[in-house]
Amino acid sequence: MARLSIEHLRKTYGDLTVVDDVAIDIADGEFLVLLGPSGCGKTTTLRMVAGFIAPSAGNITIGDRSVTTLPPWKRNCGLVFQSYALFPHMTVAENVAFGLEMRKVSPADRAPRVAEALRLVQLAGFDERYPRQLSGGQQQRVALARALAMEPDVLLLDEPLSNLDAKLRQEVRVEIRDLQRKLGLTTIMVTHDQEEALTMADRLVVMEKGKVRQIGSQRELYEKPADRFVAGFIGRSAFLDGEITAPGRFRTKGGVEIACAAATGNGAATLALRPERIAVAGDAQGLRNHFQARVEHASYLGALLDIDVSLSGHDRMLLQIPNKAGVAEPKPGETITIGWAEDAGLVYPREA
Amino acid sequence: MSASTRPSLGRIALNGAAGIALLYILLPLIFVTWLAFFRQEIPSFPPEGYSVKWFAAAANNQPFINGFLLSLQVGVAATLIGLLVGVPASLALVRHRIVLGPVFNTLLLLPLVMPGIVLGTAMYVFQIETEIATGLPVMGSIGGLIAAHALVVIPWVVRLVTASLVGFDRTIEEAAQNLGAGPFTTFRRVTLPSIRPGLVAASLFGFVTSFGNLEMSLFLVGPGRTTLPIAILQYLEWKIDPTVAAASLIQIVLIAVAMIVTDRYVKLSRVV
Repeated sequence: MARLSIEHLRKTYGDLTVVDDVAIDIADGEFLVLLGPSGCGKTTTLRMVAGFIAPSAGNITIGDRSVTTLPPWKRNCGLVFQSYALFPHMTVAENVAFGLEMRKVSPADRAPRVAEALRLVQLAGFDERYPRQLSGGQQQRVALARALAMEPDVLLLDEPLSNLDAKLRQEVRVEIRDLQRKLGLTTIMVTHDQEEALTMADRLVVMEKGKVRQIGSQRELYEKPADRFVAGFIGRSAFLDGEITAPGRFRTKGGVEIACAAATGNGAATLALRPERIAVAGDAQGLRNHFQARVEHASYLGALLDIDVSLSGHDRMLLQIPNKAGVAEPKPGETITIGWAEDAGLVYPREA
Repeated sequence: MSASTRPSLGRIALNGAAGIALLYILLPLIFVTWLAFFRQEIPSFPPEGYSVKWFAAAANNQPFINGFLLSLQVGVAATLIGLLVGVPASLALVRHRIVLGPVFNTLLLLPLVMPGIVLGTAMYVFQIETEIATGLPVMGSIGGLIAAHALVVIPWVVRLVTASLVGFDRTIEEAAQNLGAGPFTTFRRVTLPSIRPGLVAASLFGFVTSFGNLEMSLFLVGPGRTTLPIAILQYLEWKIDPTVAAASLIQIVLIAVAMIVTDRYVKLSRVV
């Protein structure tokens, strides 16, 4: 295993920049997740690490070896493809042995390593099957075993769970994570599924429009999103546009005055609040900010209620409250009291 | 449920039309087969009796044997050349943005739709001119015949290999490279096995097309050298006994056997 370093990585197609000055350091044995909406450059970054796309600028180093100009077959990165990309004309054992065969490992030495890889993914005894005889989940495991068998320096996972059904996805998540920890594999996974990213990663990289928006742990990204995009992308946020009128004072477009510790500087800004940090009715009493709000829409989600309210004609926001026994959900048109603490919100400069 | 139990009028009409078309296609085969077993020399109906003596006559006819061997030789060689030219051409056409790609594609398929006589004339003139220009004995040589036959094999290869490449998932090539295989190993171990059905079908149809070609061969064969179709034609100029029918039936059976055997390994219906 090895550490991996991406420096000033850039990819342009003509005038279009798809990866823009990306820099990430991944420690030995770390599980890093690249997360972002489709088209954010996360897959392009992963494919540059694997060697399938030549970077326009920048450097990729695995261990002490710069691999930037090496072809894919000399990089020793194990890649698990989104479509698994198993060789359809080879058996499971032949698929898993392929990487070893390419490394000139003798057939006698291959067999135990293939068996070990298949055992790791709980597919012992499937050696002679063909990929078409396996379920999606089993194919995914073979793809993983194939990547592991060649003992790669880094493991790359390209949306490896997106083709599995929801229940299986949850199981496989845990399995991959356990395996990665046990083997101490330096891993990069690409996904657009936030929940998947949050449950699996040691650290996450949020990307948008080719740029890294923020790198950090789950807690850092949720509690201290670096910008408005991250605040909206990791978890949900209620956004109120307005301006900072004085230190600690924020006035919304609709003229609602809010006390907010994070409001520093001045000018047009956006206040971001986590919907679950907003209290209603009795719970809102005693909080620094409390307002009468009109219910626009309420969604019953089982354990939780999503309530869309308006503070004024111009200010709408989302809040989320636990679904308490015996308390009916508010009806549209009703007026409720909502409130939040002075330190609950984060303020970002208004984006164009 | 109930709708499917009683076939509709349209369904009956459709099946009827399909049956008539099938019969129309099979009718010549049926007559040739029947004729091959007639006892009398002049084919007249109804037959005077039945015999298998014409099969022995066909098998012992020296021009037929020589023609068969030449056609076999030419067919195999032309098929190999067709594969060597057609597979790289298909790869280039499917995988790279080539300037005038569609034009090349059409050009490569053209020999298939060109009338055989036109193609034969063109090859004839071309080979004579080549011989005059270079002094090499092209005209009437087996090499010249093979080169011409390769021309009618290429469209089959391009068509069928292109079709199998279009449906081919290239990420498995990436997977091979990721596992340490260079470009050549990737092609040999991953790409080639995946397009094998297309290659097999292309070889089979290319070979059959070459084997049965009459028009081009008529222009290009040298003295004392005839392919089987020409030998049959020449025989028919003097005699019309069922020997020809027997020889044809032997050919039909050989090709049918080749197709059935091939189909066991590669489902032809899936590639063509």
